[in-house]
Amino acid sequence: MTNPVPIIELRGITKSFGPVDVLKGINFKVYAGQVTALVGDNGAGKSTLIKGLAGVQPYDGGTVHFAGEQIEINSPTQASSHGIEVVYQDLALCENLDIVQNMFLGKEVMKGGTLNEPEMELQATKALKSLSVKTVKAVRQKVSSLSGGQRQTVAIARSVLRESKVVILDEPTAALGVAQTEQVLNLVRNLANQGVAVIMISHNISDVFEVADQISVLYLGGLVANLTTKDSTYDEVISYITGTKTQEGVK
Amino acid sequence: MSEKVTSLASGNEGNLRDHAFGYLARVKGGDMGSMPAILGVIILAGVFEFLSPFFITKLNFANLFVQSAELTMLSSALVFVILIAEIDLSAGVTGGVALAVFIDLIKAEKWPWIPALIAGFVAGILIGVVIGFLVAKIGVPSFVVSLAFFLGFQGMQLVLLGDGGVYRIEVPAVIAIMNSNLPLWGGWLLLLVCITCSLSFSIWDRGRRARTGLDNKPLSIVVIRLGILSMLGTAAVYYMNLNRSMGQVPIKGVPIVTPITIVILAIGTFVLDRTRFGRHLYAVGGNPEAARRAGIKVVGIRISAFIICSFLAVVSGVFHASRIGSVDGTAGHTIVLSGVAAAVVGGVSLFGGRGRLAHAAIGALVISMIDNGLGLLQMPAGISYLVQGGVLLMAATIDALSRRRNGSVSRT
Ligand SMILES: Nc1ncnc2c1ncn2[C@@H]1O[C@H](COP(=O)(O)OP(=O)(O)OP(=O)(O)O)[C@@H](O)[C@H]1O
Ligand SMILES: [Mg+2]
Repeated sequence: MTNPVPIIELRGITKSFGPVDVLKGINFKVYAGQVTALVGDNGAGKSTLIKGLAGVQPYDGGTVHFAGEQIEINSPTQASSHGIEVVYQDLALCENLDIVQNMFLGKEVMKGGTLNEPEMELQATKALKSLSVKTVKAVRQKVSSLSGGQRQTVAIARSVLRESKVVILDEPTAALGVAQTEQVLNLVRNLANQGVAVIMISHNISDVFEVADQISVLYLGGLVANLTTKDSTYDEVISYITGTKTQEGVK
Repeated sequence: MSEKVTSLASGNEGNLRDHAFGYLARVKGGDMGSMPAILGVIILAGVFEFLSPFFITKLNFANLFVQSAELTMLSSALVFVILIAEIDLSAGVTGGVALAVFIDLIKAEKWPWIPALIAGFVAGILIGVVIGFLVAKIGVPSFVVSLAFFLGFQGMQLVLLGDGGVYRIEVPAVIAIMNSNLPLWGGWLLLLVCITCSLSFSIWDRGRRARTGLDNKPLSIVVIRLGILSMLGTAAVYYMNLNRSMGQVPIKGVPIVTPITIVILAIGTFVLDRTRFGRHLYAVGGNPEAARRAGIKVVGIRISAFIICSFLAVVSGVFHASRIGSVDGTAGHTIVLSGVAAAVVGGVSLFGGRGRLAHAAIGALVISMIDNGLGLLQMPAGISYLVQGGVLLMAATIDALSRRRNGSVSRT
C-alpha cells in the first residue's frame, strides 16, 4: 500500500431507516492518490454510505477519521471544509451558464466588488488542462451545448478548482457511450494522479477494473470485501457482489 | 459534435468572419437573443411608414420614445423575476399603489413631494418583500401570489384614492420627466457620456484580459459595436433636437426620461453582468438545485428579485403618472401583460436564466410601435390588443422551440 494513513477511514458505521439496517458496521478506507471503487448490487447501501460522508444524511453510529483524526460530518458545509466534494449523478450544472461560470459558481473570484472574469477563465483553463481534458473545445461555451461526457468533465474539473482532497463520484459513467466513458475514466485517473482520493460508485465492473486501485464491495449493508484491483479478477468481484463468496477478516 | 480537439480555447480567437459565423450558428441553434425583435422594429417601421406617413415624423418619433419608456421600465422590472422563472402579474398595480401613496401623502397629509415619493418607493419595496417572501420562503406559486395581489391592489388603490378620484400632479419635477426636454447640448452630452462609458468598459475589459494573459475578441467587433451605437445615437439626438412642434412654441430636445432610463438600465445591466448577485440570479434561474448545492442562498436571491421588480415597477408608475399628469384608481391595471410581452418578444426566456435588460427595452419598443402605429392608422384599440397578444404568443412559442432545440427540456 502506497500510503500508510488513509485520508478517510470509516469505522463501524451504522445507519438504519426505521427497522431496516441499511449499513451494518462498515469499515472502509480511502487513500490519497488512489481510486477506490465502491461496488455492490442495487440497494446494497452505496449511496447511503456516500451521503454520510457528504454530510447530507448523517450516520447513526461509528466514527469518521480524516487523515487519522476523528471528525464530525453533519452538514455539507462541514464536508466541504474537509475538502470532501461530491459529484452527483445529476451533476447539478446550470445550463444557461458557461463552463467557467459553472466551475466557479458560489466561489466566484472577485476584484473591486465585481466578478474577475479573466482570472476565473484562466484558472478554469488551467484546471481543465491539468486533467488533460481534450474533449472541451472552448471554456466559454454554454453548458447547454455540451454532451453528457463533457458535462461530467466540467463537474469533475470543478472539484480540482476547489482543491478537494476527496472526490466522490456517483456513477460517473452511467449514461455515457463508449468513447465518452473512456474520456471520463481518464479524467478520474488524472484526478487521482494529482493526489486526490477518489471514491467511485459504479455498476460497471469493467470500468472499475480499468481505473480503480482498490475495490470495496458492499453486500446487503455489510462491507464484504476489500480487494486490490491488480490481484483480483472480474469473476471474483462479481461473486462478492452477488453474495456467493465472502472474504475472511473483513468484518 | 466533434469531440477531439487538442487544446483549450476561450471562444475569443478567430477573426471577425469567424465570430460572425459563430453568431449565425448560435442563432440557428436557437439562441437568438433579441435578433427577432430587432428585425421586428425594422419591419414595423417600414410597414407603418408605408401605411401612415405620419409614423416617422419628428413628433411621433419623440412620442413613441416617451410612450415606450414606461413600458421599458416595467418590462425591465419583470426581467428580474422572469430570469428566475417566476412572474409578477401585480407589477403594474404595484406602481399604481405606490402612486396612490405618493399622492395621498401630498394631498391629504400635506407632505413635501420628495418624502412622499420616497414613501411611494418604500411601499413598492415592501410589496416586493411580501411577494418574495410568499413565493420563495412559503412556496406559493408566484403566478397565484401576484394574481391575488393584482386583484387586491386594485381594491387598495380605490380605498386610497376613492372611487373615481382623479388627482392632478402638481409637482413640476415629476411632470418634467415625460414632458420636458434636455437643452440641445444636453442631448449631445448624454450621447458623449454613453459612448465614453461604453468605450471605457471595453478598454478596461480588454486590458484586464490581456494582463491576465488571455486573448481578446478582434478589435473590429468593438469598433463596429461602438460605430453602430454612435450612428444611431447621433441620428436620434439630431432628430430630437429639431423642432417638432406643430404650434407656435417650439418643442425640441431629448426628453428628460431618456437619461433616467439609460442610467437605470445601465446600473441594472452592470449588476446582472458583473456582480456576484447577478451571476447567482442567473444560476437560480438556470438550475435552482445546482445553485443551492453551490452554496448560493436561493431564497435570498429570489426575494431580492421580487424587490427589484417592485422597485422598478414604481419607477414605471412614476413615468406613467408624469405622462398623464394625474393619478387615479386605475393606474397600472393594463400595462403588466404588455410588460411581459415586451420582455418575451425582446428575447427574455420565460423558462428562466436567459435574458437581458436590453432585450426588454427592444421588446418594449416593438410593443409600443404596434400600439402607436395601429393608433395612427385609427384602428380600434381592440385590434392593438389582438396584435399584441398574437406577437406575445409567437414570441413565447419561439422561446419554447429554441429551448427544445437547445436540448434542455429534460428538466422541468
Ligand atoms: N431515506 C430512506 N428511507 C428508507 N429507506 C432507505 C432510504 N434511503 C435508502 N433506503 C434503503 O436503504 C437501502 C440502501 O439504499 P442505497 O440507496 O444506499 O443503495 P445503493 O447501493 O446506492 O443502490 P443503487 O445501486 O440502486 O443506487 C435500500 O434498501 C433502500 O431502500
Ligand atoms: Mg445509489
